[in-house]
Amino acid sequence: MSDNMSAHYDRPLFGYPMIDTQSLQLRIAGRTLVDQLEWQAKPGECWCVIGRNGAGKTTLLRTLAGLRQPDGGRVRIDGRPLPQWPPLQLARQRAFLPQAKSDAFGYRAIDTVLAARYPFHAGSRWESDSDHEAALAALQAVGAAGLAQRDVRTLSGGERQRVAIASLLAQDAALMLLDEPANALDLAHQASTMALLSRLCREQQKTVLMAVHDLNLVYGIATHALLLMGDGQWQAGPVAGVMTAELLGRCLGHPVELVPHHGRVVYVAAPCA
Amino acid sequence: MDTPDKSVKMDDGTGKRHGIGRGRAALIIGALLAASLASLLLAGVAGSVGVPLAELASGLVDILRGEPVSLPAVLLELRLARALAAFATGAALALAGVMMQTLLRNPLADPYVLGVSSGASVGALAAMLVAGAAWMVDAGAFAGAAAISLLLYLLARRDLRGGQAEGRAPLLLLTGVILAAGCSALVTLMLSLAPDTSLRGMVFWLMGDLSGAQAAWLPWLVLLTSLAIAMREARPINLLALHDDAAATLGVRVGALRKGLFVCATLLTASAVTSAGSIGFVGLIVPHGCRFAFGADHRVLLPAATLAGGIFLLLADILARTLLAPQQLPVGAVTALIGVPVFLFQLHQLHRK
Repeated sequence: MSDNMSAHYDRPLFGYPMIDTQSLQLRIAGRTLVDQLEWQAKPGECWCVIGRNGAGKTTLLRTLAGLRQPDGGRVRIDGRPLPQWPPLQLARQRAFLPQAKSDAFGYRAIDTVLAARYPFHAGSRWESDSDHEAALAALQAVGAAGLAQRDVRTLSGGERQRVAIASLLAQDAALMLLDEPANALDLAHQASTMALLSRLCREQQKTVLMAVHDLNLVYGIATHALLLMGDGQWQAGPVAGVMTAELLGRCLGHPVELVPHHGRVVYVAAPCA
Repeated sequence: MDTPDKSVKMDDGTGKRHGIGRGRAALIIGALLAASLASLLLAGVAGSVGVPLAELASGLVDILRGEPVSLPAVLLELRLARALAAFATGAALALAGVMMQTLLRNPLADPYVLGVSSGASVGALAAMLVAGAAWMVDAGAFAGAAAISLLLYLLARRDLRGGQAEGRAPLLLLTGVILAAGCSALVTLMLSLAPDTSLRGMVFWLMGDLSGAQAAWLPWLVLLTSLAIAMREARPINLLALHDDAAATLGVRVGALRKGLFVCATLLTASAVTSAGSIGFVGLIVPHGCRFAFGADHRVLLPAATLAGGIFLLLADILARTLLAPQQLPVGAVTALIGVPVFLFQLHQLHRK
């Protein structure tokens, strides 16, 4: 096999997965959180990352987003290793929703959503009309159009989170990485946000990966799950095969029962002794 | 991989530009430019000896011809030289303040928070102790500011990279505050050792004083270069002010931008402090006031704060030299006396909102 050939030996028949990792290792303060992660996600798949506090969910998402160097192995997006992506091009391919952080300055909500349009015309000084339309549509999609002119510092936690999700939508990337998107949202907005993400996967073939704590919230939404055991071990695959009582109990450090209820499964934490 | 590129370019080419932001920016900047010119003319006519408005034009023409011989022309030239120095100093401080606040993501930061001005004070006072020629004081101030900036950069380089460490301690801010404290101790030491004859000059320098300021091209060069760079990067700066991680995932080279902001802000501070001493409050309240009045968007904020800073210090200097004329007050005391109530009022308004 010539060098030229070997560079493409792993090109799959139907193109590259949206994102994949090879021998990925994540370490924090000398502790190995994730070891030898061989994982891939394809367009249209909706993944949830499950694990206890400190199991490495945020570290994994930040590494996949390219905000942090892997401690071993590599991450590829659309077949190209992360360090080889020019930042602006990568920004049009993947979006990242960080966990909420306080706002230092009084931007309007619409400004923070418009900011997500930056990768599409980094060279020009002002946004175009189409950017304003995209930003407004994104705010409408999360039911936050009425908040557009508000100073972000005056928004409640849940309102701010919805505006942040609107920014993510406005970036319109094929790969969306979300760190606890349901945080601070009320029940209705949790459900509608999940439905929105599910629709994006099904109708627009987006790839979604989100860290979640509420297993019942992602039922019927997530197609796949990635379980982080916290000691380097992991389990990945379709929901039916991975979100079992045995694996979830091991992953979350507390027994979980799967109870059938009106044709769906409800995850119930076993009562404390 | 190239397809998104192309579609974006098409979108960019055909999409109509949004006019609202641009028109509003032009209006604000235009009004501030007009106010700048007006305050420069006011600086020319105001003083212990007035220049009648009628003679203003002929005086200006004389200066432009390069032969100011009439009394109004000589007065005008003297006053305009000082006014231009005051304007450049105030503009540099306000611009540096906006940059520092964004760099540290802290609306309470000012150009002096990282100790650059304290370093300049040590240098300037040391020069006054040793000899005291005006150019040596300037050189000492600049050397002190440069030394502290360099030290700060070396010690807190990790913090300037950005996008890497998570949950990091604010290394840059803490290092700067500690270095500033060290410099203040040195300043106190030198004040206590200084002979009485030079003490007054030292205190005036520390308060910030424009009486010795001369028209020079170097501060203007630093100011205009920094402003041009900052204006070009105004949108990435907005993203950085919103959220480090978000800026990085939106394609901003966060490390390079933070380093650029640091270098520009310290250079501006060093040049301002060198020409006029540590004038307080301009770098804190002008950015604040402009954010309050014009919003947080740096595409408007950067030029607006620069112009407003120039106007503010120029007006303060006019007050400093006319209030108790012929006695001159240190302009730093005037800015603080105006700044404190304005800042408190604004803070109160913000809380009521």
